[in-house]
Amino acid sequence: MSVMSLTPTRRELLAAATTTVALSLLPKTLRAAGSDAIHPFTVKIPQAELDELRRRIAATRWPDPEPVHDRSQGIQLANLQEIVRYWETEYDWRKAESKLNALPQFITEIDGLDIHFIHVRSKHENALPLIVTHGWPGSIIEQLKIIDPLTNPTAHGANAADAFHLVIPSMPGFGFSGKPNDTGWNPNRIARAWTVLMNRLGYTRYVAQGGDWGSPVSSAMARRNPPGLLGIHINLPATVPQDVAMALAGGAPAPAGLSEKERAAFDSLATFFKKYRAYGAIMGTRPQAIGYALADTPVGLAAWILDYNNGEPERLLNRDDVLDNITLYWLTNTATSAARIYWETSGQSVLLSAAQKTAEISLPVAITVFPGEVYRAPETWARRAYRNLIYFNEVDRGGHFAAWEQPELLAAELRTAFRQLRKST
Amino acid sequence: MNGTAPTRRDVLATLAAAGAVGLLPEQPAAAAADRSIRPFTVKVPQAAVDDLRRRIASTRWPTKELVADRSQGVQYATIRELARYWATDYEFGRLEARLNALPQFVTEIDGVDIHFIHVRSRHENALPLIMTHGWPGSVVELLETVGPLTDPTAHGGNAEDAFHLVLPSLPGYGFSGEPTELGWDASRTARAWAELMNRLGYTRYVAQGGDVGALVTDLMGRLGVEGLVGYHLNLLTAVLAIGDKLPKESKQERAAAEAFARFRDDGFGYFLEMATRPQTISYAMLDSPVALAAWMLDHDTDSYYKISRAFVDGKPVGNLTRDTIVDNITLYWLTGTAASAARSYWEDGRALAAALASGEAPPAVTVPVGFTTFPGEIWASPRSWVEAVYPKLAYFNEVDKGGHFAAWEEPELFSAEVRAAFRSLRPAD
Repeated sequence: MSVMSLTPTRRELLAAATTTVALSLLPKTLRAAGSDAIHPFTVKIPQAELDELRRRIAATRWPDPEPVHDRSQGIQLANLQEIVRYWETEYDWRKAESKLNALPQFITEIDGLDIHFIHVRSKHENALPLIVTHGWPGSIIEQLKIIDPLTNPTAHGANAADAFHLVIPSMPGFGFSGKPNDTGWNPNRIARAWTVLMNRLGYTRYVAQGGDWGSPVSSAMARRNPPGLLGIHINLPATVPQDVAMALAGGAPAPAGLSEKERAAFDSLATFFKKYRAYGAIMGTRPQAIGYALADTPVGLAAWILDYNNGEPERLLNRDDVLDNITLYWLTNTATSAARIYWETSGQSVLLSAAQKTAEISLPVAITVFPGEVYRAPETWARRAYRNLIYFNEVDRGGHFAAWEQPELLAAELRTAFRQLRKST
Repeated sequence: MNGTAPTRRDVLATLAAAGAVGLLPEQPAAAAADRSIRPFTVKVPQAAVDDLRRRIASTRWPTKELVADRSQGVQYATIRELARYWATDYEFGRLEARLNALPQFVTEIDGVDIHFIHVRSRHENALPLIMTHGWPGSVVELLETVGPLTDPTAHGGNAEDAFHLVLPSLPGYGFSGEPTELGWDASRTARAWAELMNRLGYTRYVAQGGDVGALVTDLMGRLGVEGLVGYHLNLLTAVLAIGDKLPKESKQERAAAEAFARFRDDGFGYFLEMATRPQTISYAMLDSPVALAAWMLDHDTDSYYKISRAFVDGKPVGNLTRDTIVDNITLYWLTGTAASAARSYWEDGRALAAALASGEAPPAVTVPVGFTTFPGEIWASPRSWVEAVYPKLAYFNEVDKGGHFAAWEEPELFSAEVRAAFRSLRPAD
């Protein structure tokens, strides 16, 4: 076949990265161990990959500008071109690589799949182990700024008693984790894998946290109630009641009797449902159809990621942070495998209490509501959805990417939320 | 940005220039409210073809889908074979040759250059017919109907069934101009088509459409445009607005209702994306030929499998052959119209939402309507549904083959339906 890829596949790339590790870092004993082995991991992207990315960006064929003066047709040409100009000419992936490689990273095989994770132990002995799960269109890049506040609280104006040992895995099909080659990697299966991971790391008492897809994954862990899991904190809770969900799906008016806050949540959800949910609809039904685009064009991929929730990453996040994340998707060629998580859960909204079976959770649940989130979960709905709600707080800033955008604030919330679960130590 | 590839504007300018140099009669270039009709010839620059081939060859692929059917989208084996065929076997000159074999023109209507094919029948009493393509289609969908409709005696039909045929490219599609202002929803296009027919001197004509073309054609009827004496459709677009209110009693009605529900639950993603974020998806469609091809193939299930068979098994269904499929995708690529075509969904989505919010019923249709149900259509509409939407249904038939791209897939059968539907509208001698 004359149509062939000019670039190495992700497998070759990972092999190259792993080889680097093997040569420089991996102790012989670990390499020889069985499938429970935990291998150190270092990121080292071949220069040819970075050159190829620049070549593709430079050769971009652009559409004409949108005929509107706002974001109502998607990410605007001038905005995207400015980000892409920076990506091509000034952005430096090696800085991201250095940031990642400054952290202890590992790969271990769970349920047949390589799972990549960052693992930072606190110097404080009684630190509480915490597994934090990213979402889409994010990655471990989202969580980098919460690592120090959580593991080293005394350097951030907090107490040693609030320290965490932190585990940040890459979701299956995301970043440096493997790409599933069978179906079924839904939040339940990921939750089982995370439990295995924490046990393999020797943690017998731990907590879990997540927003976006990290929320259903953390909730699935809580539903399973495995030995050792003490409770969870989520920042995209599934509180939406059935009658509200039905009204949203049918484009109907809000159900009668909503409070002011409930009504505001309904209105945000209605806007999201009408205008901003298409990305989820297409990835939930045809991840492969959009996948060809996201694998082949860097600018197509960037537009797809930057447009989330009417351009929230473009509007609110630091340009280098956003490009670290987009470049990670590109270099690992994981946009398609990441999109498949929507397909795996198609039809089960992560916002809907019934779909996420929140009534089956008996473990303690803590929630922080960030005001810029897709919807501000009202406390009334949260109490109805989660029967063991131990903490609920609405903060005054931050949005969907709380860890990325407001790391100190999220860290403070996690310290407070989990404080009461440490008591029985 | 050191973009080496030509932008869409460059390509279109080149194409237009090729037409202008070769064929355009001398006339004032910038006449106000220019009503002139200019001959048009397609001339694809070799550099654009070379660039396209180079891009296909350097495609970076995702991993294969994890399922054995299309439930995750266009299958890897299908798109790989399409890409291989496109880059190595496909004869790029054929699109140009097929289009240039027909009389093509451009005329400016309501500020936008409208490209159209215009084939007059040699039969004097032929009935003028304006036929509109849809998405992800183009005039390429309709090319094989030109012979049967304009020259019926050569295709087993009668001279009395001849048509003078007008096949416009929708605004923002193919060689038509790209609207630079808002408001080009289907009703504005419907009015533009009436102006086009009027400009061509047709005072009594009929219209036909499927997909977006059905929306435009139906609006010509509901707006009561001058000269329109009847129309024929092969998609019941009203289902999008009132699908929940149509009867679900008979077996056939229940099957159609289930098909529509399945479309809304599982087949609606592309529609929603283009209706809400057309610009976002366009960056990929303009930059990657394979992205564009996959997006266009991922339409309805019936046509997807037919197209997939053409590539993977070498067994095309009807006229949905590898070459005609690649002709259509190539047309989108070379004209760089994926973005402007997607925007038509944004416009029509807004118009639909406004119409539903108003709570007002659309204007009644006063001219006769004909309808043909093709079995592979997304929701194969039973007669009862069509009658619920068009109480004065003048013609209805259900045929035994063909799908969403009926004119493309089964041009002879489709043409026979168009003849039958309009037979009663021809003036008695």
